[in-house]
Amino acid sequence: MLLTREGRRPVPTILQSGQELVALDDVAKLFQVTVREDTLAGGVTVSYKGRSVVASPDQPMASVNGRLVSLPSAAVRIGNRWYVPVEFLGRALAPIYDVPIELRKPSRLVIVGTLRVPRVTARIDSVGPPTRVTIDIVPAAPGSTSHDGSRVLVRIDADAIDATLPPQGGGLVEQIRTGDQPTVLVVQLRGAGPPNVSTSPIGGGSRMTLDIPAAGTQTTPEPPAPLPAEPAPPPPQLTTPRVALATMVIDPGHGGEESGARGSGGAIEKQLTLDVARRAKTLIETRLGIRVLLTREDDRRVSPDERAAAANNSKADVFISLHANAAFVPSVSGAEVFYLSLDPEMEAARREAQSQSASLPVLGGGWRSIDVIRWDMAQARHVESSAVLAQLLEEELRSRVPLGPRPLQQAPQRVLVGVNMPAALIEMAYLSNAAQARQAASAEFQTGIAQAIYDTVLRFRSHLEAQP
Amino acid sequence: MTRRTIISVVAGALIVGLAAWALTRGLERLMTAPAEPTGPDKRPAAEQPAPVRHITATLFYGSQDGQALVPVQREVPFGETPVAQGRQIVQAQLTQPPPSALVAVVPPGSTLRNFYVTERGDAFVDLGPEIVASHPGGSAAELLTVYAIVNAVTANLPAIARVQILVDGKEVDTLAGHVDLRRPLQRNEAFVRQDGTE
Repeated sequence: MLLTREGRRPVPTILQSGQELVALDDVAKLFQVTVREDTLAGGVTVSYKGRSVVASPDQPMASVNGRLVSLPSAAVRIGNRWYVPVEFLGRALAPIYDVPIELRKPSRLVIVGTLRVPRVTARIDSVGPPTRVTIDIVPAAPGSTSHDGSRVLVRIDADAIDATLPPQGGGLVEQIRTGDQPTVLVVQLRGAGPPNVSTSPIGGGSRMTLDIPAAGTQTTPEPPAPLPAEPAPPPPQLTTPRVALATMVIDPGHGGEESGARGSGGAIEKQLTLDVARRAKTLIETRLGIRVLLTREDDRRVSPDERAAAANNSKADVFISLHANAAFVPSVSGAEVFYLSLDPEMEAARREAQSQSASLPVLGGGWRSIDVIRWDMAQARHVESSAVLAQLLEEELRSRVPLGPRPLQQAPQRVLVGVNMPAALIEMAYLSNAAQARQAASAEFQTGIAQAIYDTVLRFRSHLEAQP
Repeated sequence: MTRRTIISVVAGALIVGLAAWALTRGLERLMTAPAEPTGPDKRPAAEQPAPVRHITATLFYGSQDGQALVPVQREVPFGETPVAQGRQIVQAQLTQPPPSALVAVVPPGSTLRNFYVTERGDAFVDLGPEIVASHPGGSAAELLTVYAIVNAVTANLPAIARVQILVDGKEVDTLAGHVDLRRPLQRNEAFVRQDGTE
């Protein structure tokens, strides 16, 4: 869906080899760009006001005004139309366009222009009664509610909302859905009275809490007690503390034809990593309100560069890759945590990034200082934070699952190299050890790993917040 | 034609004939020698090929507990040049079975396709695709496989500081999804334990 000041327009896409592609013809119409096939170079050129992007059918990348950007797949010609991955819009078209273009792939949104489209995450914290619904709005935006008996309408003052809603209701809430208007959420009730609504700031946003009593008890609850007891309900604070950790990426290793290690009892690494990633995502999103993205949601192959690109493009603050181990001797067992080791070339890149920075003009005026580092060595500048992250993971895992003979290591882990944020990799268990392979399949073990990740994220957030 | 001339012609013909015979025999021997069975009992001692020269090289195997690499001294055929020697060392690392107390860290059936050294002193070890197909996976196993090969080359050939592993003639991301093989790797002692040396 394309969101502009003028409204919403659908963007037709097709799926090919697991990639969502958009036709450049459609891009031309939606963005008023010119698309021209370059038969000499064997690619296709997209031009806008004298600036151009060249996409090649041979390489998963595009040249944007002479600078290369990576894409999850190459441009492809199907029939007489050229298609590019949808990421092209955010990575290749945005740099040459004169208003911001933001692709929010999980929400299937392309936001064009300086629109206020906060991420709105609703969840049912307790089924009660009273049932508690929490709605996080990031960045903060004022909201109001109205109750009409069978439902609560939550209006958010924004141009649109990017909503993540619970798949089903619970307690006195039958369902939470988006309304007919693009900035309204509908909380559908069953046998409930009018809710108590409170608002509080959270890191980088605001939180609206709805305590929904059962139908007969709405007159007796505590209306005067909590709210008026305070001097005045604090107005929604728009100047909230800086967001130290708003988004994280969990990377379930392997996938598709790349199964990874296998255990004697049928345990497969690619399935174990996905199972644990899902558990950790649920735990962290529901309890911490941190947005968690997975680099794959199902059983498919994702290249290391695609994993890193997904994390980098989502501007995540932490990257944790999940794997299961194997050894040439079956007795080896236990979890191990890795962070990246730097070879001399990467060490040099890191030093160079520290000593050289460039300034770029910022939309709306001013300049922003940025570090310059090769994209495929992006992890080099985060390796010290990654060491802290890995150390915390090791400490949290220690109390929940058996640790391996070398619980904390540095190694040239391929998936970490291009990740532009603190990153670590967990080898959760040795599947070559029959007892561990059985243990790893259990819910208790997987929950233990997920809980360790949760506690690590909590501690790492505090670490980031303490940084100057 | 004088008598002296006749003698000279006959003598010249004899010399030419003898030379041709000697040349033919010599060529025959050269051509057939490599294909002949080289059983020592079939040849007089003077005709035995020179014994294959060996060097003592350091190869790397997995420790008994499977957690580290252990350097082991092994006899490896001598190579006339650093490239030939490097080829012999990697071949030995891939094929020589470990001592009884240690374990192999290279999947059985792994083959060497090529070995070469660039002007910068980086060695390229081009392995057959079997090493990927047969690898058990996991960071731990993959690190031991990769650094057994890298360390074997760099420990024995001082001129080589870095080793890049190729598979089937091509640059690869990893062997089994973990260790970055896109750039040459340096010798790594972090995975080496000295207590099992033969």
